[in-house]
Amino acid sequence: MANYSLLIDYDYCTGCHSCEIACQQEHGYPVGTNGIVVKEYEYEAGGRVRIDYLPFFTPHCDLCKDRRTREPTPACVKHCQSACMEFGLTKELAARMGDRNRLVLYTHNPGR
Amino acid sequence: MDDTTVYRTTAWSAGPGCHGGCGQKLHVKNGKLVRIEGDENHPWNQGRSCPRVLAMTQYMYHPDRITRPLKRVGARGEGKFEPISWDEAYDTCEKRLNEIKRKYGAESAIFVQGTGRDIGGPITMLAYSYGSPNWVQLGLSGHSCYTPRLGAMKTVMGDFAVADCSQYLERRYEDPQWKVPEIIITWGQNSTMGCPDGFFGSWVVDCMKLGTRIIAVEPRNTWLSSRALHHLQLRPGTDGALALAMINVIIGEGLYDKEFVAKWVQGFDALRERAAQYPLDEVAKITEIPAQEIAAAARAFARAKQAAVQWGVPVDMCPDGTAVAHAITCLSVITGNIDKPGGQVIARPSHGVTSYPFSTEELVKLYGADLIARLNEKRIGADVYPMVKNFRGWAQPDMVIDQVESGVPYPVKAAWIQTANVVGGQSARAKFHLEALKKLEFIAVVDLFHNPTTMALADIILPAATFPEKDSIRSWWAPLISIKKRVQVGECKSDWEINFELAKRFNPEGMKRWKTLEDMFNERLAPSKMTVADLQQQGGFKMPEDGPFKPYFRHERGLLRPDGKPGFNTKSGKIEVYCDTFEGWGMDPLPFYTEPPQSERSTPELFKKYPLVMITGARSQLFFHAEHRQIPWLREKLPDPTVEIHPETAKKYAIYDGEWVYLENDMGRVKRKAKFSLQVKRHHVHTMHGWWMPEMEGKAPSLYGVGDFQINNIIPGPQCAKSGFGGGQYKTTLCTLAKISA
Ligand code: SF4
Ligand code: SF4
Ligand code: SF4
Repeated sequence: MANYSLLIDYDYCTGCHSCEIACQQEHGYPVGTNGIVVKEYEYEAGGRVRIDYLPFFTPHCDLCKDRRTREPTPACVKHCQSACMEFGLTKELAARMGDRNRLVLYTHNPGR
Repeated sequence: MDDTTVYRTTAWSAGPGCHGGCGQKLHVKNGKLVRIEGDENHPWNQGRSCPRVLAMTQYMYHPDRITRPLKRVGARGEGKFEPISWDEAYDTCEKRLNEIKRKYGAESAIFVQGTGRDIGGPITMLAYSYGSPNWVQLGLSGHSCYTPRLGAMKTVMGDFAVADCSQYLERRYEDPQWKVPEIIITWGQNSTMGCPDGFFGSWVVDCMKLGTRIIAVEPRNTWLSSRALHHLQLRPGTDGALALAMINVIIGEGLYDKEFVAKWVQGFDALRERAAQYPLDEVAKITEIPAQEIAAAARAFARAKQAAVQWGVPVDMCPDGTAVAHAITCLSVITGNIDKPGGQVIARPSHGVTSYPFSTEELVKLYGADLIARLNEKRIGADVYPMVKNFRGWAQPDMVIDQVESGVPYPVKAAWIQTANVVGGQSARAKFHLEALKKLEFIAVVDLFHNPTTMALADIILPAATFPEKDSIRSWWAPLISIKKRVQVGECKSDWEINFELAKRFNPEGMKRWKTLEDMFNERLAPSKMTVADLQQQGGFKMPEDGPFKPYFRHERGLLRPDGKPGFNTKSGKIEVYCDTFEGWGMDPLPFYTEPPQSERSTPELFKKYPLVMITGARSQLFFHAEHRQIPWLREKLPDPTVEIHPETAKKYAIYDGEWVYLENDMGRVKRKAKFSLQVKRHHVHTMHGWWMPEMEGKAPSLYGVGDFQINNIIPGPQCAKSGFGGGQYKTTLCTLAKISA
């Protein structure tokens, strides 16, 4: 069976929240339920304050199973304002990670 | 698969609330919007969307949305309203406003709007059909919302200009004509947080991926500043000194574009002399930025082959906003970045069509020179401030509210308030606005939800439509757009429809050439040689073709001036960095710096009492100004109004993270939840504006908690630039922190 994942270039996540609302609209999730949640991080590095954001996925994420019968990309990936998310086969995404900086790969294999 | 129809359209205002521009796909089923998605074939956003547009279904079908016209039946503030028909609503507005005109003159009614929504077109049509000169962003001290920048650019360069992120090219980043800006200065503009002034914020991020380096002029630490080549972490309000120091470095070190300056710039030597009055060491002290950082940033900007500036409203909100915008414009000019790929490109309303008048020229084109000149006679502030008189058609907001209160030189008796929550939104000294406006004899409010303004003031409330529910045209830079109505919610009507009907009643003769709103849109579209139907046929938008409305290098090709000669659209044909026109209006012809009215330097005694500089108004993608607090998916992500405090500062005040506290000064105090954050410097705090609580009691005196949470209750006023455009103390008010538990 094909394994799909989401690849996040989190250096570019700006914390815009589009992914979160896109997921809620897609699934009709009420407040309190979401497939993706974005967190803010503040720290000092290299003599500067850095502000970073990182989305993470919850068990409510179904990789947009229904949606993908109509649309090529999950709702969060499509609407991400800085286009920092990719959807694809785990193997292919993993192969593309090697020489890039600060990426996160979210695998999705419920039941494993 | 099912009976859902998908329509492509463009978002502009009601709904997301913003200045708009993105392409969206409306999924409509049985007359209802069931889903909204970004339009991947729209060059503007290429499929992307913001949270507010993605929450449109919750916004449009919110149980609290006003969907019928209402009239007030109790006393003002009692919150008692009854539904009425549109006929009765129109009749009442017509009758009451005509009575006021007969008794006091048309100038006694003011026409109030908020920020750059789809409103400048319909509200000027209504105000001028009625006969009032007093079109105003009431409450916005110094009229500091793009107008200072527009006025400076237009006067100095003869045109407006914007950062070139390829937005004029349908193929965008793929188009070989475009070049990646080597540097973008984000000047008082946290670009990742939204889409101001016809600019999709994340274009900056797109450019960063292609190699653009950022110079962030930003008092806070942000995502963008974290990644910037230079972070110029200035003291709020000192932007003018910084810009002049950068000019001084660039000229002093010979880094300016000598060829461009020789050919296209007037008054360069005078600018050199003026900038020399802003030496690095002195400006380092003023701005709190190390001198070598300022110099390094100036050099990087000047040495870039092409560089752009994406600026924001804090520029306008400097004490002399026009002068600061003038200075920053000079930076692009002396480095030869004007109308060059990846630089600062001349921006004109698409195809020469006016949808929202940005200049006097456009007002004259729509309404005739006679009328516009006549309106100047009674327009509040036109006799006092040169830019108010000579640029665009606004009344001066600080003076308007003072006149509401004083009745001098003539009484103000009525207000038409549309796209503006004056009491819960932009008004500095918000309580004073609330009290003064209560004196008016008649107030009509056009809005979508009850808010502190409708509750406290409205006699009549007219329910406005969101963008999927309206027809409109849009020419804000590019492309040219037609917006088509696809659904109806309740009895809501668009701002255009409402104003068209009332304008016809006030001025039947002048309005009779248009039977329908579409007739009028078609006439306005005439310069494009297209109609609404043509635009619809082409997918709803059209990019300008090569000519006066599309970059690049139009000054060289004789495309900017009416006489067809090469040059810029100024008297001299050059960019007038020494601006004769300003001088003729009694203003300083060169840019200069003014210290904020409250600061350690200008009010040391006050600073001892209130040692924290309060920055307000940073944007969030979740809320547009004073809107969206009732939208569940949005509010969930930011339930409480926070104040960002540096952890060490919080410790000094014995405040714990998450504690409810007061922000306090001589004007009063406002409640906030403390958020420890490294985003602010130790002696700054930041808090978001626009907070009121839709879930709280609406009736007076609560007015949805506006007294407790409206931060502008403690923003003083009036403070206005010498030109009449610029100022307001939204970024520089001094305050302290106090615990709520006594
Ligand atoms: S992939 Fe689909 S389900 Fe998963 S977080 Fe994104 S939008 Fe939600
Ligand atoms: S949509 Fe993209 S940029 Fe925005 S918060 Fe989500 S992952 Fe980050
Ligand atoms: S903020 Fe930007 S993405 Fe959101 S609706 Fe407005 S223009 Fe579109």
